[in-house]
Amino acid sequence: MSLRGKCAIAGLGATRMGKNYDHSHALGFAIEAVELAIEDAGLNRSDIDGLLVNPGVTWSNAMASFALQQAMGMRDLRLTSTMNAGGATAGSMVMHAAQSIAAGMANAVACVFADAPLKPPKPQAGKDGGSAAAYGFARGLDAAYGLFGVNAQYALVARRHMHLYGTTNDHMGAIAVAQRKWANMNPMAQFLNEPLTLDDYHNSRWIAEPFHLLDCCLVSNGGLCVIVTSAERARDLEKPPVYILGMGQGHPGGDPMDTLVSGAPLAKETAFRMAGVNLQDIDIVELYDCYTFTVLITLEDYGFCRKGEGGPFVEGGRIAPGGSIPVNTGGGQLSSFYMWGMTPICEGVTQVRGEGGRRQAPKHDVALISGNGGILSTHSTLVLGANA
Amino acid sequence: MPEVNKPAPTISPSMAPFYEAAKQGRLLVQKCDDCGLLRFPAHELCSNCLSTRANWVGVSGRGEVYSFNVMHQVYHPAFAAEVPYAVIVVKLEEGPKVVSNLVGVKPHEIKCGMPVEVVFEKLNDQVTLPKFRPRASQ
Repeated sequence: MSLRGKCAIAGLGATRMGKNYDHSHALGFAIEAVELAIEDAGLNRSDIDGLLVNPGVTWSNAMASFALQQAMGMRDLRLTSTMNAGGATAGSMVMHAAQSIAAGMANAVACVFADAPLKPPKPQAGKDGGSAAAYGFARGLDAAYGLFGVNAQYALVARRHMHLYGTTNDHMGAIAVAQRKWANMNPMAQFLNEPLTLDDYHNSRWIAEPFHLLDCCLVSNGGLCVIVTSAERARDLEKPPVYILGMGQGHPGGDPMDTLVSGAPLAKETAFRMAGVNLQDIDIVELYDCYTFTVLITLEDYGFCRKGEGGPFVEGGRIAPGGSIPVNTGGGQLSSFYMWGMTPICEGVTQVRGEGGRRQAPKHDVALISGNGGILSTHSTLVLGANA
Repeated sequence: MPEVNKPAPTISPSMAPFYEAAKQGRLLVQKCDDCGLLRFPAHELCSNCLSTRANWVGVSGRGEVYSFNVMHQVYHPAFAAEVPYAVIVVKLEEGPKVVSNLVGVKPHEIKCGMPVEVVFEKLNDQVTLPKFRPRASQ
């Protein structure tokens, strides 16, 4: 049984993003996002019978979905789970919701991400590298050699790509500049009013070479929720249905420095087969972008260009506004806001609905959405469409 | 300048032979007793055959720079005077990769593929760290 077009995203709720202190913890942002999504869909809270939560780094309760259920007084849910496959989770939550709805196990499932890493009056001091050790391929002794944090580990992978394929900071900078141009048209974006040139990119401080500050994603407070329901139900609701045409995951394992391939090829194969699409059918591309480099390698892995050619591919404004392929049309996590995999889903839903305002892609029937967790460790693909 | 010690690794029982050998100037990696796969650092299981039986074996200490970064931010006060400094990944001739530092080379002179060999640097009475220096390629 194919699940193509059986379910749709019917509601989208996003809080203000960035240095937003409306709530003191992630749960508060989650509640606000769910309320906004319910309102957006034209549903009532009592219509929601499924709740999936991807907690961010600051969510202290291991049973986050139960905490959210209790906080919102939701009764008799048919589906709940707290899920974590890193940046691939948002897509995975939508898949779990759609599978459950198609199987008759739930009717309307809220999928939620929220986080609150920024504290007034100032952010917490840098951590001591504990995040790096969280990854299965982190090697011992790291701190003794001064290797701290995910930026530094991802930088090692990017360096391999540069070494093998001649990728440069100009290439990665082209992605930063293109996405900033999109963000400059996105009212939700943290960098809405700040243009960026390639010189600005090169002049931004080094974090861990080859990564400048502007190769790295933002840090954001906020919450984001999408509501998945059946296609039939979605057609009766407030907003145009955004149909879930294809779903897939890919988790390659091994050492990303050796493979230089994300889980995209595997996830794409499943998702595109379900959706019955190929790359030529894709109008809008929303890729997980924890780093500029992640966009570059994900474009390769979906087959927009050959392996190793991601650098030259993104030059010349190809993925910028006015280019031939609209990629990360809201500015992505580099320039709009960092809600893990919910950032690309939010923009994909916005574009497919035709609600993109000044940044709306002229053709927006089919959107490709990726999620990517760890260091090219986990991957989710969604194909969303305006028509079932 | 205030004296701040660099973070010293905790010597777990599984890694103890590695640290003991390093103090004596020898570089060890773990070898699966069943399939022979070499690995580093210590793991409970062989990722190839899932065997739990392993021993430590000496390696040449020769390899090449597989990748590197240059750290510009201070994540620990002991490294404040060293930024920017490079962290390298060495691919040993025998296969396993190790994270380390390259001594005697400025960060921007490092290249992937540089031939290197191990040297040993005492961190404290318990821990001696394998580091690497350039070597002439064969």
